[in-house]
Amino acid sequence: MVTAIERKIRVLVAKPGLDGHDRGAKVIARALRDAGMEVIYTGLHQTPEMIAEAALQEDVDAVGLSILSGAHMALFPRVLAELHKRGMDDVLVCAGGIIPPDDVEPVRQMGIKGVFGPGTPMDEVVTFIRANVRPEGHA
Amino acid sequence: MVDIQNRANTSTPNRHQNGGPVNGHGETPAGDGIARLAEEARRWEATTVQQTIARLPERTGPFTTVSGQPINRLYTPADLPDFDYLRDLGFPGEFPFTRGVQPTMYRSRYWTMRLFAGFGSPEETNARFRYLLEHGQTGLSTAFDFPTLYGRDSDDPLSYGEFGKCGVGISSLADMEILFQDIPLDKVTTSMTINGPAPTIWAFYIAAAEKTGVPRGALGGTIQNDILKEYIAQNTFIYPPAPSMRMVVDTIEFAAQELPRWNPVSISGYHIREAGSTAAQELAFTLADGLAYVAASVHRGLDVDDFAPRLSFFFNAHNDFFEEIAKYRAARRIWARELKERFGAQNPRSMWLRFHTQTAGQSLTAQQPEINLVRTTIQALAGVLGGTQSLHTNSMDEAIALPSDKAVRLALRTQQIIAEESGVTNTVDPLGGAYFVEALTNEMERQCYEYFDRINALGGVIPAIEANFFQDEIARASYEYQKEVDANRKTVVGVNKYQLDEAIEIPILQMDPQGERRQMDRLARVRRERDAARHAAALTRVRETAKREENIMPALIEAAHAYATLGEITDVLRSVFGIQKFSTIV
Repeated sequence: MVTAIERKIRVLVAKPGLDGHDRGAKVIARALRDAGMEVIYTGLHQTPEMIAEAALQEDVDAVGLSILSGAHMALFPRVLAELHKRGMDDVLVCAGGIIPPDDVEPVRQMGIKGVFGPGTPMDEVVTFIRANVRPEGHA
Repeated sequence: MVDIQNRANTSTPNRHQNGGPVNGHGETPAGDGIARLAEEARRWEATTVQQTIARLPERTGPFTTVSGQPINRLYTPADLPDFDYLRDLGFPGEFPFTRGVQPTMYRSRYWTMRLFAGFGSPEETNARFRYLLEHGQTGLSTAFDFPTLYGRDSDDPLSYGEFGKCGVGISSLADMEILFQDIPLDKVTTSMTINGPAPTIWAFYIAAAEKTGVPRGALGGTIQNDILKEYIAQNTFIYPPAPSMRMVVDTIEFAAQELPRWNPVSISGYHIREAGSTAAQELAFTLADGLAYVAASVHRGLDVDDFAPRLSFFFNAHNDFFEEIAKYRAARRIWARELKERFGAQNPRSMWLRFHTQTAGQSLTAQQPEINLVRTTIQALAGVLGGTQSLHTNSMDEAIALPSDKAVRLALRTQQIIAEESGVTNTVDPLGGAYFVEALTNEMERQCYEYFDRINALGGVIPAIEANFFQDEIARASYEYQKEVDANRKTVVGVNKYQLDEAIEIPILQMDPQGERRQMDRLARVRRERDAARHAAALTRVRETAKREENIMPALIEAAHAYATLGEITDVLRSVFGIQKFSTIV
């Protein structure tokens, strides 16, 4: 069977707010690249607008939010609102870092499908993204 | 910008070149004796060991430290062929200080028990400070929130959601006065983990002390203020390297002149390690940074013996017990030699590597959090056996939370038990002379100098930062480590082995819900009630001083007294110095 050339999954790895911890974001970015995805890393101090704008400009399939500062409950809704404003509701949004157990369900309820806490193996993130991005061929 | 590329091309003595046929004053067998021992060791491996392995194989291995350093089955004097006690170890309190910077160490005084604390509003952190002092802590250590770490006021739009989350929020002198209320600043030393805005926060502290009647000359403490490692690892830089280094030298100069009991820099490896480096990288990158500060200060015209005694260090205490101990001992020896031979220090205190240690936050697990108490104990013991001057032990809930009162008390008790019950404080450098420890110390030193050569080849620390050298080394080491863990080649108890199918239940420390409101109200009041003329003049003076080659500290202290806010002062400095952008390199 002839298959079309597979478009690589494009992922934006973003650091919302003032959090300065970037070890996890960089490790995940490398893991996703080694798994064949195209990864754009925003660097630190991204506002919700900057993240959504980068996601739009880079035409990504998924956005990974990395946050260890405790500001996730304040910032995640704003990120999702900015994505929504730009018509990107079908972009898969995941989060990782320090998200206390009690916050996981509320974060999922916001529309963040994957929440990856401390100790998550890298391939769990890879597998999840592959399984949950919008299907190929979507315009 | 003078940097460590100008060091004299000495073949560094302790690189263990076999200098001669006979070791004149060694205690270990020389020449023939070593050769015979090595031969016997080989025989033992080939016969006794092999016979045993045939029926009782060793674990699969590889036998490496957490950093990937291979470790042998056994160490003997044959692993130290060149060992010279007086040259390589000396006595504690004497060059090269391998065994300790002070001759009596913990027999005179235990390390300072100094737990990092800070959250919410100044009132809440002040209460935690006093709680810790009541329970036997002997020094203060301050954690600031992210807005403060980046020089932003609590009500800055970018501070939204961040106030008090990772540390205490400090926006003005008024906040600093509350933070240290009822704490005698002439009797307690305070460390402050602040880097980008360090000179300003230090100015707030000095001003707060002065307002309680404590003159600056009586103040003891530390500002972390190690901007080079910010570019390398911790990322709380604001301005570009050149003006940032200028301000670091300003603080070194100001401390030398006016605050003789203050450590103006805490040259840090902790964060480099937390970012994922190996122990050797932590050692080398930290010492390289330190030497860069010495070079910059000497370049300004300061006499090394006037300021070097107050440079201090901050290392990680990670999981691999002996690797950490070797690291600290190698650090002391390398620093002493470099200060003496490269910079010509005459005062022995200039050669002392005094350090604070923090147990490795990165090693803590959210899973089965009680076992973090065990990890922290082992790590703390390594710091003590390595001769630390000051120690922070993490709390067991810190994988995902700020420490509760009880958890932080247990962390403090951990230190007190080591100090008072374990017996390790009865003698100085108890592990000195252990073949393994000395061999590993030598190896750490060798690897450190290899890194020095690579940094020098790039032109020094700042060019190496601009070339992304450190950042790439760290990112690669970090990724390699994660691959090892994910492949179960490195065990993390509770995470990839000995797991429990239980929910993570770590109570999250709750902030005072009124804290943020109180902070904002106070900030508004400060802006309303301060003397507007004095405030405006003070900010103008900061701007003008920043533009000139003049020490920034007096202007910052005046701005503090004028109740200029952190954000206002930082904005003025940003307008003069510019900002350093964040990298998008992975």
